[in-house]
Amino acid sequence: MKKKIVVNGVLLLAIILVLTLPTFATEKAVMMATTTSTDNTGLLDYLAPHFTKATGIDLKWTSVGTGKALKMGENCDVDVLLVHAPPAEKAYVENGFGINRREIMYNDFVIIGPERDPAGIKGKDVVTALDAIRDKGTVFASRGDDSGTNKKEISLWKATGKAVPEREKWYVQSGQGMLSTINIAAERNGYTMTDRGTYIKYADNMNGNPPLKVLVEGDKILLNQYSVLTINPERCKKAKIDQATAFSDWMAGDDAQGLIKDFKLLGKPLFVPNAK
Amino acid sequence: MDFILAGFIEAFQLLLGGDGETWSAVTATIKASTGSMAVSLVLGVPLGFVLGYFDFPAKRQTRLVVDTALALPTVFIGLMVYAFISNRGPLGGMGLLFTISGIAIGQTFLALPVVIALSATAVESMDRHLKMLLISLGASRRELLFSSLWEVRYGVLAAGLTAYGRVMTEVGISMMVGGNIKWHTRTITTAIALETGKGMFSTGIALGVVLLVIAFGVNVCLSFLRSK
Repeated sequence: MKKKIVVNGVLLLAIILVLTLPTFATEKAVMMATTTSTDNTGLLDYLAPHFTKATGIDLKWTSVGTGKALKMGENCDVDVLLVHAPPAEKAYVENGFGINRREIMYNDFVIIGPERDPAGIKGKDVVTALDAIRDKGTVFASRGDDSGTNKKEISLWKATGKAVPEREKWYVQSGQGMLSTINIAAERNGYTMTDRGTYIKYADNMNGNPPLKVLVEGDKILLNQYSVLTINPERCKKAKIDQATAFSDWMAGDDAQGLIKDFKLLGKPLFVPNAK
Repeated sequence: MDFILAGFIEAFQLLLGGDGETWSAVTATIKASTGSMAVSLVLGVPLGFVLGYFDFPAKRQTRLVVDTALALPTVFIGLMVYAFISNRGPLGGMGLLFTISGIAIGQTFLALPVVIALSATAVESMDRHLKMLLISLGASRRELLFSSLWEVRYGVLAAGLTAYGRVMTEVGISMMVGGNIKWHTRTITTAIALETGKGMFSTGIALGVVLLVIAFGVNVCLSFLRSK
């Protein structure tokens, strides 16, 4: 009896060893940190195979808020970034953490809310709309995670000329990704601000009939620019700068720009390519 | 609410249909948890036995430390391991970040205290009369030690299973250290987090069912071991 168990144990150990043997990665790969919006909409799943086919480089990405993505670049843990917080990106390049900031595509932010619109913001400009939500105390779901969207939203509250809400009962800081935050807003019958790409994805999930509708859009300050930054190879000696540059070049090139243009859900484009 | 039912149906489609992404997540989960469990058992069982069997100075204090470590939050372990293996961290040169090995290291910190504490408890609660009986039958110290080890095998098995349960289902470490990278470090739990983030609740539920099916498989295998 003892013997049998010993044999079993040895077998088990052998299996464990085989399973845990390091798999040697020989293929070329580039590591990217990006935002939840590019991942949640499915854009990267769509672009990655095309990139690998064109360059022979495997694209790996981890999707976090822009704040954390920038931090990962600062720690030399990734090679390239695809983010959307232009002021933070510019400061990042000035501080020497990143180089070669390239604008790739944009969409716009929209404020969405329940169809019956309790604060009456439909068709208003951003400042009037946010003032109305604050005055009425209607639930507003914020990302609250220092992501690009969160940074943008805070700048909009600042544009109203009053303090940015923080502990108000109606101001819900989810600390989660965009789609989760939209779901929280929907559950609470409240408002939120989102990039249009994620909103279309949300509408698509809801079979084209989402409980939250676009109420405020088209204001000039709602532009949402996405850029690619390469990690500064002088700070990060191990960064795969060639692969990172190849990705940056490819994203700004005609092929990828065309693919981004064709990326649609419910017949609507999610991002507008604008590389120079 | 039809996404709940849809989730259960999808689970079987994913498993039986051989969906590549699901199987990649299953493999990542099994690799990481097997690696961490192997290390935890090899280190933890002897340590737990020593802690439960022998009397030594500061035994109670050691026990206190181990028991406190049972409450280590996974996100905290994830953060600490990330800080150490980030390229700016002390172990940055080893290239462990965003790898299965990195996840396994983090999970070892999660599983080890469970294995030690529960093994020690199993040894402590061993029948005291047995020890007396063995001594009166003239067993040597060595024989006494080995038969005690043999006596607690089921307790150790339970310790391993409990630790395995924690390791398989944790999400904090896998997310922070592994980065949820598709085809590489996306485990079942981080995939559930992602699908929920994408609003695809039924796929999330389906993956949860997949995880339970694996856990069931592991338990079935071990129950055979037990019945022999």
